[in-house]
Amino acid sequence: MRNIIVFTLMAVLLLMVGFLQSWSLMLSIFNLCILSAIMTLGVNIQWGYAGLFNVGIMGFAALGGLSVVLVSKEGVNEAIALGGSDMLMAILFMAVTIILSIYINRRIHNKFITTLIVVFGYFVARYYYINASASIESVSPSLSGYLGGLGLPVMLSWIVGGIFAALAAWFIGRISLGLRSDYLAIATLGISEIIISLIKNEDWLTRGVKNVTAIPRPVPYEFELQQASWFQDLVAKFYANKVADLSDVERLSMLSEYVNDASIIFVKLCYTGLFLSVLILFVVLANLALSSPWGRMIRAIRDNEVAASAMGKDVKKRHLQIFIIGSAIAGIAGAMLVTYDGQFTPGAYNPLRYTFLIWVMVIVGGSGNNLGSIIGGFLIWFIWIEAEPAGFWLMEFVVSFLDDSGSLKQHLLDSAQYMRLILMGAVLLLVMRFSPNGILPEVNKKL
Amino acid sequence: MQEFTDIFNAFVLLLNFIFVPALAYGAQLSLGALAVTLVYAVLRFSNFAQGDTMAFGTVIAILFTTYLQDIGVNLGFLPTALLAIPIAIFVCIIYILLIDKFVYAYYRSKNSKPITIVMASIGVMFVTGGIVRFIIGPRHHNFSDGSRFLIGAREFKDMTGLSEGLSIKTSQFLTLTIAILLVGFIFYFLQKTKTGKAMRAYADNKDLALLSGINPSRIVRVTWILTAILTAMAGVLYGLDKGFMANSYHQLLLPIFASVIVGGIGSPIGAIAGAFVVSFSEIVLTYVYKKFFIYLLPEQLEPTGLVQFLGTEYKFAISFVILVIVLLIRPTGIFKGKVI
Repeated sequence: MRNIIVFTLMAVLLLMVGFLQSWSLMLSIFNLCILSAIMTLGVNIQWGYAGLFNVGIMGFAALGGLSVVLVSKEGVNEAIALGGSDMLMAILFMAVTIILSIYINRRIHNKFITTLIVVFGYFVARYYYINASASIESVSPSLSGYLGGLGLPVMLSWIVGGIFAALAAWFIGRISLGLRSDYLAIATLGISEIIISLIKNEDWLTRGVKNVTAIPRPVPYEFELQQASWFQDLVAKFYANKVADLSDVERLSMLSEYVNDASIIFVKLCYTGLFLSVLILFVVLANLALSSPWGRMIRAIRDNEVAASAMGKDVKKRHLQIFIIGSAIAGIAGAMLVTYDGQFTPGAYNPLRYTFLIWVMVIVGGSGNNLGSIIGGFLIWFIWIEAEPAGFWLMEFVVSFLDDSGSLKQHLLDSAQYMRLILMGAVLLLVMRFSPNGILPEVNKKL
Repeated sequence: MQEFTDIFNAFVLLLNFIFVPALAYGAQLSLGALAVTLVYAVLRFSNFAQGDTMAFGTVIAILFTTYLQDIGVNLGFLPTALLAIPIAIFVCIIYILLIDKFVYAYYRSKNSKPITIVMASIGVMFVTGGIVRFIIGPRHHNFSDGSRFLIGAREFKDMTGLSEGLSIKTSQFLTLTIAILLVGFIFYFLQKTKTGKAMRAYADNKDLALLSGINPSRIVRVTWILTAILTAMAGVLYGLDKGFMANSYHQLLLPIFASVIVGGIGSPIGAIAGAFVVSFSEIVLTYVYKKFFIYLLPEQLEPTGLVQFLGTEYKFAISFVILVIVLLIRPTGIFKGKVI
């Protein structure tokens, strides 16, 4: 019952945006709400199911974004010809070094030899890497200056993004799970910062802060739609009543305007359909998993680790599983986000938007409840978007009482954006304190 | 003779660009790490708000310094900010105690899991970061005045006749002096005073400490006060040395955590040792050794590249790698902190 009320209210809010502002804006918000909800679902799996605290969501989302570039963009042949072989050598040497050092460490247990191998391998790899990155970045830096990608369909990158994130999560989980619970938080914080600085600085891979634009779309382009006859007919049929009693010239101009508007909305609707199906798939899977024997085991571990491990459950392994699954979902959502934006902007990743906001969504929505994390994602994203103009209006209202020439007024106006930081932090603290179960609390089914 | 001068030059080069900066940076880190480790030992959670609280303390110092400069107060060759430090510490203590009263106290009374408190500390981190940026904005601020160098590179060259100069910034000298005094005070406090002993007892075994009549709220308050002193101090010293920028303070979090874990979480002496391990590895590994080798090697062997282990943009990756290695090899850290 509570579910229905809450979701109806959310729908009313979104419809209000549609009627009061515009349907295009409403669909933009709605699409990003869905993406937030997917990301939140991933974190909810980690926190709500297993109590794992991931402070590096931003990093996993960025890995997803990176995969979009690597999968969908066309390769830059000139750069590959110039620096490809060197880069391959560098990667090869790094891989050999890692494998060899692990092998030596396991077999011979000699730390000195292992260190020697690591240092030697690192320098050889770095030698090739410096040459390669310089020559790749020298290829028309303003246009490409990077290796490009494989030129495969962009939807494939969603899966690849998940795999990238899963690998990173495996690495982090292997190291820090099984130790103190805050070590995982610290390690995820570290890896996400490193991933971000990698994608910002490795121009040969991601073009760094020069951004990768014009990422191929999984849905048609607006101008294609505007020229397609079936689409024009569809719009004409849809608006037949409205334009019926106009003269021919007027009708044509009206119709072309309608076609333009409709093409934008149609493209967004296509995205909505794609995203919504992914979200529904994940929610169904997550709910099934939660009520399966596996889910019961997970919750048993969360509620009492000692008892669960006494019953013969491998706590560390289950935690690792959960951590990987949740991070992979965050990676997929990150890839979808970049696909939707149509560009990869490493400079845009900041922890507030990609880690902290997601956490607020999880806590507000209700940790442990998958529907809760969806409503959390929707509601918080909605507030986040609509609060920005509201914040500025509020600030302008406040400063309108101040003297026009004062520097305080300008300072307050400039600082209005940081109010969101304080506001969101306060929301998190307040919800954690006064309503720790969130909007939709976890349902404890009888086992 | 030429060879000897070259060797001296190479040595001074390393001293100037590695040893002195790493020593100062390590001292700044160790104050921050000490604060984290104290909170950890007594209150049992990793304080993610540390970096931003340091920024908060520094902002207070900057505001007060600007005020002092406006009314024309200065300290001669020392930076005016020294006068602002007591105010910064005072405001920081009040801020942290308020945060404790409104945020952490509740979770303590409910005996929440440490990870819940860590999450609350992240909330505090964002609120504090927001306040800092709201007051002062995201840009770079330099609030150091007075004379910049204690020993300038030129004076050193004139004195020794070497072609490499050794310069010691006033801020570096101040950092070391103040850090030594402060750390000495903290250790004296923990080892010799009654309250300090009670704190250690409480950290060691909470129940036993409570049984022997130690007042827990007093312990918590004293811990936060010590933390606030260390935090404000670390922030101001770091800012005097490298300038203030909200983001770079936020990013100090990772090196600080690395220091704490390397040294052994919960162990004060470990936090200091860890801080120097982190600071030296960071600077040693990102320094460009080209000039060093040019001094030492014969001409035909001179390197053409930069001879750098890792680009400076990955500075904090080093703290992370150190963290990973420690977690893999010796999760207790150098000085056997608490693991689980």
